[in-house]
Amino acid sequence: MASNRKYWSSVEELKPNSSIADTLKQNEFVEEIPTAEFLGNEEALGASSTSRRDFLKYVGFTTAAASLAACEGPVTKSIPYVVQPENIIPGVANYYATTIANGFDFSSILIKTREGRPIMVEHNKEAKINGSPNARVYASVLDLYDSLRVQGPKANGEYTSWDELDTQVVAALNSAKASGKQIALLTQTYASPSTKKLIAEFSQKFANVKHIQYDAISEDAALDAFESTYGQRALADYDFSKAEVIVSFAADFLGDWQGGGYDAGYAKGRIPTQGKMSRHIQFESNMSLTGANADKRVPLTPSELKIALAKFYGYLNGRSVTGSLPAHIDEAVKAAATQVARAGRNAVVVTGISDVNAQKVVLAINKTISSVVMDAEKPKLTRQGNVKALNQLVADMNAGQVGVLVTSNVNPLYTMANAAEFEAGLAKVDLSVAFSLKEDETASKTTYVAAAPHYLESWGDVEMKKGMYSLMQPTIRPLFNTRQFQDAILKWTGSSLNYHDYIKQTWETSILGLDSWNQALHDGVYESSLSVGETEQADAVAVETPQVEAEAAVVSVADAVRALAGTTPAEGMELTFYSKISMGDGQQANNPWLQELPDPLTRNTWDNYLTISMADAERLDFENYIEDNGGLNGSYAKVTVGDVTLDKVPVLIQPGQAKNTVGLSFGYGKKLGLKTPMQTGVNAYALYQGFDLTQQVKIEKVSGIHEFASVQMKSTMDGRGDILRETSLEIFNTKDSEHWNPQPVVSVNHAEVPADDATLWSTFDSSIGHHFNLSIDLNACTGCGACVIACHAENNVPVVGKSEVRKYRDMHWLRIDRYYSSEETFEGDMDMVEAAPNSISTYHKLEHPSENPQVAFQPVMCQHCNHAPCETVCPVAATSHGRQGQNQMVYNRCVGTRYCANNCPYKVRRFNWFRYNENDEFDFHMNDDLGRMVLNPDVVVRSRGVMEKCSMCIQMTQKTILDAKRDGRPIKDGEFKTACSAACSSGAMVFGDVNDKESEVVKQKASNRMYHLLGFKGTRPNVFYHTKIRNTEEV
Amino acid sequence: MCTDLKNGYIQYIVYIRANFMIENTYSNMKKMIRPNSMTRILGIGLALLLSFSSSLFAQDQPEADPAAGKTLFNTYCAACHHLDRRMTGPALRGVGDKFEREWLHAWIKNSQALIKSGDEEAVRIWEEYKPAVMTPFPQLSEQDLDDIIAYTMEVEEEPAATDVAATGAAGSGGSSSGINGDIVLGALILVFGVLVVMLFLVNKTLRKIAEANGVEVKTPEKTKPLWRAFVQNQFLVIVTVILLLLGSAYYAFGYMMQIGVDQGYEPVQPIHFSHKIHAGDNGIDCKYCHSSARTSQTSGIPSLNVCMNCHQSIPEVSESTATAEYSKEFYDGEIAKLYKAVGWDVSTQSYTGESQPVKWVRIHDLPDFVYFNHSQHVSVAGIACQVCHGEVQEMEILHQHAPLTMGWCIQCHQDTNVKMEGNEYYTKIHEELAKKYGVDQLTAAQMGGMECAKCHY
Repeated sequence: MASNRKYWSSVEELKPNSSIADTLKQNEFVEEIPTAEFLGNEEALGASSTSRRDFLKYVGFTTAAASLAACEGPVTKSIPYVVQPENIIPGVANYYATTIANGFDFSSILIKTREGRPIMVEHNKEAKINGSPNARVYASVLDLYDSLRVQGPKANGEYTSWDELDTQVVAALNSAKASGKQIALLTQTYASPSTKKLIAEFSQKFANVKHIQYDAISEDAALDAFESTYGQRALADYDFSKAEVIVSFAADFLGDWQGGGYDAGYAKGRIPTQGKMSRHIQFESNMSLTGANADKRVPLTPSELKIALAKFYGYLNGRSVTGSLPAHIDEAVKAAATQVARAGRNAVVVTGISDVNAQKVVLAINKTISSVVMDAEKPKLTRQGNVKALNQLVADMNAGQVGVLVTSNVNPLYTMANAAEFEAGLAKVDLSVAFSLKEDETASKTTYVAAAPHYLESWGDVEMKKGMYSLMQPTIRPLFNTRQFQDAILKWTGSSLNYHDYIKQTWETSILGLDSWNQALHDGVYESSLSVGETEQADAVAVETPQVEAEAAVVSVADAVRALAGTTPAEGMELTFYSKISMGDGQQANNPWLQELPDPLTRNTWDNYLTISMADAERLDFENYIEDNGGLNGSYAKVTVGDVTLDKVPVLIQPGQAKNTVGLSFGYGKKLGLKTPMQTGVNAYALYQGFDLTQQVKIEKVSGIHEFASVQMKSTMDGRGDILRETSLEIFNTKDSEHWNPQPVVSVNHAEVPADDATLWSTFDSSIGHHFNLSIDLNACTGCGACVIACHAENNVPVVGKSEVRKYRDMHWLRIDRYYSSEETFEGDMDMVEAAPNSISTYHKLEHPSENPQVAFQPVMCQHCNHAPCETVCPVAATSHGRQGQNQMVYNRCVGTRYCANNCPYKVRRFNWFRYNENDEFDFHMNDDLGRMVLNPDVVVRSRGVMEKCSMCIQMTQKTILDAKRDGRPIKDGEFKTACSAACSSGAMVFGDVNDKESEVVKQKASNRMYHLLGFKGTRPNVFYHTKIRNTEEV
Repeated sequence: MCTDLKNGYIQYIVYIRANFMIENTYSNMKKMIRPNSMTRILGIGLALLLSFSSSLFAQDQPEADPAAGKTLFNTYCAACHHLDRRMTGPALRGVGDKFEREWLHAWIKNSQALIKSGDEEAVRIWEEYKPAVMTPFPQLSEQDLDDIIAYTMEVEEEPAATDVAATGAAGSGGSSSGINGDIVLGALILVFGVLVVMLFLVNKTLRKIAEANGVEVKTPEKTKPLWRAFVQNQFLVIVTVILLLLGSAYYAFGYMMQIGVDQGYEPVQPIHFSHKIHAGDNGIDCKYCHSSARTSQTSGIPSLNVCMNCHQSIPEVSESTATAEYSKEFYDGEIAKLYKAVGWDVSTQSYTGESQPVKWVRIHDLPDFVYFNHSQHVSVAGIACQVCHGEVQEMEILHQHAPLTMGWCIQCHQDTNVKMEGNEYYTKIHEELAKKYGVDQLTAAQMGGMECAKCHY
């Protein structure tokens, strides 16, 4: 075995005598049918008005009725186009390159459309930056079909016409101009050259115009720091693939830190090649996705974090910095500084502290070591929010100086801590218009709601990074009577152009040079050496200043370090906000896919909660326990920041959470524009005072028990340990793979043979034709969850809702298991104490395992065993084996015995307990006509009572084969894909044909890191994993 | 009979999709002639000859041949012109009277040149019909042009009226004979009834006479009724019950296996579209209209603009298309339905913009859990449409030919060899599989075409 570590997936398992954990391990089905309970209740049975005979009558009647009804086939109508668009062939998908830029997520993507309907988001391979969509971007296609979108312009809750709105707004604009009142445009970050130009023109016409950009989750500190260092309001870009050492001070760069999109580069450096991989050290309070992937993670409080950064600067530059840290943290900081110093320009330091000084110090460090990872020359422009300007606006509004307020895709009444102040100010504005997809908190308070189109119905352009442009084009005609913000501005300015023409004009005059507009639109991205007027000027300024400001900068950095070091340790608890990979800033809260996407770390769905360390939970008497049915329950807390209180926040014990800290995620607790099941959680923005991600907080226990919908206790694989393999880089480099990745053997005739050689079954011959394998590299997998959503979209996986998830009836075909591991086993700990009761080092090691566990992610889908246990037990042969390696599931044959799920050692089969489509009990996207438009027509929607599971995207492989047959050509490597492998931006998943000896997947399979999940069972899966290697001194 | 007659001299027009050339298909015409109508054909031929000769005498230039002109007209002009109806271009009957011969020649050879030269007439016509540019025909000789003009000068024939009358007569004749049959049947029943009553009365009278005469009427001896004998024989009862059970099981099984199988389904469609006329009589390739069968999973129901490719210039069917069952008026009415749906105004030859999609009743409807791909079968395997859809070119009303059951699919996959020649995709797999099974030709099943998830996902 690789190590004698204990792996655990839930805090419950750590409790010494938890009967539940034991029971769950024993249970093959978590969801026991409560027959004993029901039949034991004599009273209820006797009182029931339905006798056994009645029951039989009903059964007889319904059976007869059903069979009678089945005799007559329905009449189906087929309605062809009157005039078929030239480029649409029914049944053939079209792809369009476009860009999502909703103010939080910026990504260049491809949209797959069928019969004119966008149904799937895919990678845009042409994109050099932000070409790897995250889970939210994959799910954004479903937002288009949101049945609660505003369907036209509204005034006072009534639908009105655009003409009416235009007349009123233009009149108000003119009167504001005449009276000298302010006209304010409060928008998301557009990073759009055309919009910028357009707003400049608008300002010229109406004189007193202010454009305020607003990010719900602010990067103001980082922007200010970058501006003061480099003279431009932007964010440095990082290429983590070049990094040898990464030190992160609470920067969740695999999550949404500074706009995210860094996982692909990071993963590249994590795959050991020629014995080398990057070393990643993370200092943080909450357990973040990034921390979970780190080689060394140091939990500490937010105030310690600032001191640690100051000290780090000191150690690196050989200066002494005041401020005190606990010894072990100080040691870790020193070690990190040493590593960075050794790596020199191949190191990088990043931080997510929302403090200008911290950001300045980090920029200074990277500049000093002249890090090759950081790119400040061509910075990122995807965050532009300006807190100062926003505060000024609120003040102006309250002073009655604002005549017209136009908001676009922002929801300050939900996302601002001082929403009440904004609301008071809004009442004093003469006329306000909210461009919004939803009638949300802000839009319901403005004079007009201007129905905005979804990005898949809009035109746009984005400059995500200096000189790197992307185009947004509509992929469907507007579903509703909507108009985009820019078109309205054009109209109000009196221009006859529409926004498409305007963008084209802007691009042709100042971006494209001699290059073709059509080509740029086709590619979706364009890299330019030219730049739009103003940024060039800013550049010129930036180039001139360095020498002049160089010394001032040194002084200011020293000040910044001193300020950081002088941070006073907090009294009581400190709260750190974070954004979940599923919910982001909350604008996609009405998206059931995202609501049901389990958080990679807590494995919880449909909720946000206060994460707390085990020690603090014990101290404050919070508890988490698992109910008989396997559902997780937790206490509530009253959370107070300043004078704002959230009354009932569920508490979740999070291993790895720093002591004296708690975490709370944004994006929940929204009430308007959401279907009822989606209105979950509490609004963390209410506590987000001063746009500071860390707050002093008071926490009290309040009564009540919260029911979580967690999938963490499900499918514990019966306590078999050899699921996740990992080792250290040192062992990997020095020892034989036999030692750290032994292949399973069994005893046959008193001799040990490889487990695959001993079998009861006759072997399938899969040497001819295609034989598909999927390779999953645990080193590259960051647990981001993009594959899960891509799988949902591709395979019409239903959403089951919170109460069903709680019963472990979630339908995810692909889950990402998360395992925690401590340094040693518990038994080992106890032995150690007995052996050396007075040694300090023993007690250090004895720290509770959940205090700072190491984390590993493992995507698990159907393993497509060549000797599949499920196939042998199906009484109706509904699951069978294909020559291409797929374990095939035939829904129309399945009678729902669930025997296969019972016999599956990987627990990847999912049972349809209900009909999840067209059923009011499951009021998600499959319950309305609009939401069903997202369904993939190539994959059947399963009915109640059948088993389903990963098909290895056979519809995609079959399509590839058919295309090749039609063209009469062999298939090239890389053509075969599954939804998950195509969605994996980190390259952790490689799919291909192992009978093609030149293919990438064959190379992956030959690696000495390769192992099969539970290989000793002899199931011979067609999915294989790569042992995780950690760059640590010791494992 | 009269339909055959019409087939004798009405032209069939075939649109060839590549270039929209119009050809005269005499071969088609010949096929339709039946021996028993030969005499009529001869008679009509004589009539035609007479009319030709009369026109011969009427012409100034004796060499102009209207028959040749007709062929030329149908080849070159009929795509845009009709003798009596405005189409893309004007109606042409009597065009020789309206313009000078030289002017007409110049116009046909290159109308645009004539317009540019500033000719008054030419410019007037251009103004009326622009932007439709008439194709120049420099390849036509003077003789050809004269022939065409001669053809346009022919007096309109009026077979339609007599034909309709004939059809009507035939129709009413058919229906009246139906009524006659009923009457005869009724009369017969009445006669039989009277006979039965009479027999009964005779019997009664005879019995009365016998009674009156004191003759004793024998009553038959009471025997055991048959049913009682049957009931008492247990063996027979058991055997019968078993047979009944087996029989009913057989029929129940047969009935249940038919559930959901719609073989022969022939619904009434919103527009009476005859595949026989289009694919059969006119020989239009299936994939001209169902073009996506080549590249897509669905064969696609053609959009209405595809119909208009031809029907823009075919607003009515020819006389010979009408059958006893469906008259010309009926077919023309169906074309009018198409125009209504697509929003085509025949009088102005333009689209009104008011369209409404046609809601066809779907005939071939596989369940959602089956994935079938047309292009796999049509483009890759090269299977003719008729293999699954039957002789569509002979169906006046389309019906479902195949049962579309899984057994039917599998049967074909087991029997059919995969067409691999010349397809590089198959080169390697063919070599390997041929070696494995020791055969030269591989069936779809041997290629893995019987695996569940090849069709169910």
